[in-house]
Amino acid sequence: MTNTDWPLWEVFVRSRRGLSHTHAGSLHAPDAELALRNARDLYTRRGEGVSIWVVPSSSITASSPDEKDPFFEPSADKPYRHPTFYEIPEGVKHL
Amino acid sequence: MATAAAHQTTRTQAYGAQDTAVDTVAYERRFDAAVAADERIEPRDWMPDAYRATLVRQIAQHAHSEIIGMQPEANWITRAPSLRRKAILMAKVQDEAGHGLYLYSAAETLGTGRDELLDKLHSGRQKYSSIFNYPTLTWADVGAIGWLVDGAAITNQVPLCRCSYGPYARAMVRICKEESFHQRQGYELLLALSRGTPEQHAMAQDAVDRWWWPSLMMFGPPDDESAHSAQSMAWKIKRHSNDELRQRFVDICVPQAESLGLALPDPDLRWNEERGQHDFGPIDWTEFREVLKGNGPCNEQRITQRRRAHDEGAWVREAAAAYADKHTGETGATRA
Repeated sequence: MTNTDWPLWEVFVRSRRGLSHTHAGSLHAPDAELALRNARDLYTRRGEGVSIWVVPSSSITASSPDEKDPFFEPSADKPYRHPTFYEIPEGVKHL
Repeated sequence: MATAAAHQTTRTQAYGAQDTAVDTVAYERRFDAAVAADERIEPRDWMPDAYRATLVRQIAQHAHSEIIGMQPEANWITRAPSLRRKAILMAKVQDEAGHGLYLYSAAETLGTGRDELLDKLHSGRQKYSSIFNYPTLTWADVGAIGWLVDGAAITNQVPLCRCSYGPYARAMVRICKEESFHQRQGYELLLALSRGTPEQHAMAQDAVDRWWWPSLMMFGPPDDESAHSAQSMAWKIKRHSNDELRQRFVDICVPQAESLGLALPDPDLRWNEERGQHDFGPIDWTEFREVLKGNGPCNEQRITQRRRAHDEGAWVREAAAAYADKHTGETGATRA
């Protein structure tokens, strides 16, 4: 058994309370517990985090880069979803 | 800095085994346009094979350098002159391990496994920076490495934060933040020696005398002899030429050396009013090539030590894997 057999984990770090966990990077570890410990040593050596998630990379489903355009197309032609789409007379406040 | 799931999707899945020549031309056009627009290329995007190969070579060499680079400094941990210096040096060497891991992750997003990378390091098929084949003879060398070697590395690496390949650029952002501590601790260490007893001052000067030229070689061969430079710059992997970065480094170091009260060992080093830069003497590229070929003072020692560390750690890896196997149900992790 070698290092090869250790699965890959994605590491998410919450930098401080009130913020979401953000993807920090990845690492290899034999199990979840060691993945957490390795993540602490690798990604929070300078107080970068107050909480860590580790997720087996194999559990992540990603959208395909080839479908990038069609996949996100539905949002491209709906400018009325943005507040700047609407014209409001000058002087109207709190809107 | 690997991106989730980059590893899960083979290249065939990502852009189809049945690619026709027409598709490839379209993909290439899209790739070129992204690079031209200063967008980042991400792991599952189509990329030319040569771009992928260049990145694997460069990132692997970079990762290997971080890992091998732990050795010359670790050599002084047990002999650090104070607890403060010892704690600093341990933190620095630990950072180098971390930098190696960030970079291995980035290389893995290109479809090369960790074991393959290590294997190529151990068998000498991939290189590491030739600077680490020089010995650390005195405590002052720890300072000279921090100031000059890490200083040269930072000069090289800051532009890599804008490299066209996303995972590499992200790894470099993290590394550059941490390198700044490395350089400053080295400078402070040298300053303490330089202002110390005459013997300490002489020790600091001797270290600078030995590390100055090898540090200038870290930027690689002159532009007209650099095999990969032009293509790498076209792909925006590299943003500045070797000579350009070397000049920048010299100009930064001259006033820093003055503040240290130490001399740089180059009789030809002087300010050129016309160019607004320093002129400096010729670099001994024969020495560079010899060290690269494996004939430096420590090549053999570094690789032997790396292989031994890997072999002697085998039982730890096996034990951890066996433990994980036994408890797979409890952790919910699946084995790759």
